Amino acid sequence: MGEKAPGWKEIPIGGVIVHPGNSFEYNTGDWRSERPVLDKEKCINCLQCWIFCPDGAVLVEDEKMAGYDYEHCKGCGICAHVCPVNAIEMIPEDDISGVSIDEFGIKEPPPEI
Amino acid sequence: MPLNLKELSKKPELLSPGHRACAGCGSVVAIRQALMAVDGPVVLAFATGCMEVSTTIYPYTSWRVPYIHNAFENAGATISGVETAYRALKKRGKIKGDIKFIAFGGDGGTYDIGLQSLSGALERGHNFLYICYNNEAYMNTGIQRSSATPFCAATTTSPSGTVIPGKTQFPKDLTAIVAAHNIPYLAQASPHNWRDYIGKVKKALDIEGPKFINVLSSCFRGWRTQPVTSIDIVKTAVETCFWPLYEVENGEWKLNYMPKEKLPVAEWIKVQGRFKHLLKEENKPLLQEFQDWVDKQWDILLQKTGDTVHKVVV
Repeated sequence: MGEKAPGWKEIPIGGVIVHPGNSFEYNTGDWRSERPVLDKEKCINCLQCWIFCPDGAVLVEDEKMAGYDYEHCKGCGICAHVCPVNAIEMIPEDDISGVSIDEFGIKEPPPEI
Repeated sequence: MPLNLKELSKKPELLSPGHRACAGCGSVVAIRQALMAVDGPVVLAFATGCMEVSTTIYPYTSWRVPYIHNAFENAGATISGVETAYRALKKRGKIKGDIKFIAFGGDGGTYDIGLQSLSGALERGHNFLYICYNNEAYMNTGIQRSSATPFCAATTTSPSGTVIPGKTQFPKDLTAIVAAHNIPYLAQASPHNWRDYIGKVKKALDIEGPKFINVLSSCFRGWRTQPVTSIDIVKTAVETCFWPLYEVENGEWKLNYMPKEKLPVAEWIKVQGRFKHLLKEENKPLLQEFQDWVDKQWDILLQKTGDTVHKVVV
């Protein structure tokens, strides 16, 4: 956005989208008004948050809940609501206390299938 | 292998994030979970609907698997054609390996506009699975009533007011209509019970012939609820027996979940803004009519599955 739009010569024939799943480049994270924050101490890695996330924004590494993809999380709060041990708290976006840059780092797109 | 979340989490996500469905959308949860059951190559066809428009906004696509965009009425016909082409090419040795075919449609594209193409595809016996994500109205175009919309639900084309109390008809029983096609497998599911739902999709994909799954998926915009309750609310629909979980395999009806205590349907209604008027004193007879309808449908189902009848606990 903001850059010059591609001309007709740059667009693939028929306007087809040649990169499967390229919506990954579109960040829906800026829709959010509240962000989920995980308390790792409380988390029991039941992955209920992951299975019920509409945006695939709950990251799982080695069978464990590994935080959030804040680039895409829309902040709906389902994860916090379904968490059986209340390990997820929804915090208003304008509250930036305790935010670390690492958590908000840009995520690599998943490898092609 | 029994289904567990730890194993499922290792599979690649077929629906990429960055799609433009509402925050807290229940339908994406249903689609995501269905795709978790897929192993190996798959081709998807989507009827027009929320999930089709929100995942394919140019120049982006959220699909990491082959996907065919369809009009409202022809997802069933398209998937028939693709499956037939695949069979023909396979016969000539031009394609190797197995490919699964899944068509998705909302209730508008399945109950209403796409019913003829779905019926045709089921009757012709193509090897495909059709999943209807039923959010009970045309949510994508602005909450118009469909034939899946429940009795007395307020929508923009059946508003509740002094003239009518919301939709004046009961929803049609599409799952039973599909059962009348005598296909090898069909089921009704809900994403809150992911084990049951993903298991059903897995089972369906392993069966040869046409299959159908009707999955209730909440829409907080149209149902007038809070996004965080998107999963709770479909659970309540199952607990009140408004949306029973069952499957029909080769003509044999089986109930998959019997609520310990059948809740009154008012428990489901009272948390939804579209039924707000039903809680008024003067609309009590309508609420009773709704409850009687649920009880009757439940009794009919239990007769088919051979389970004993539960009486409502008030």
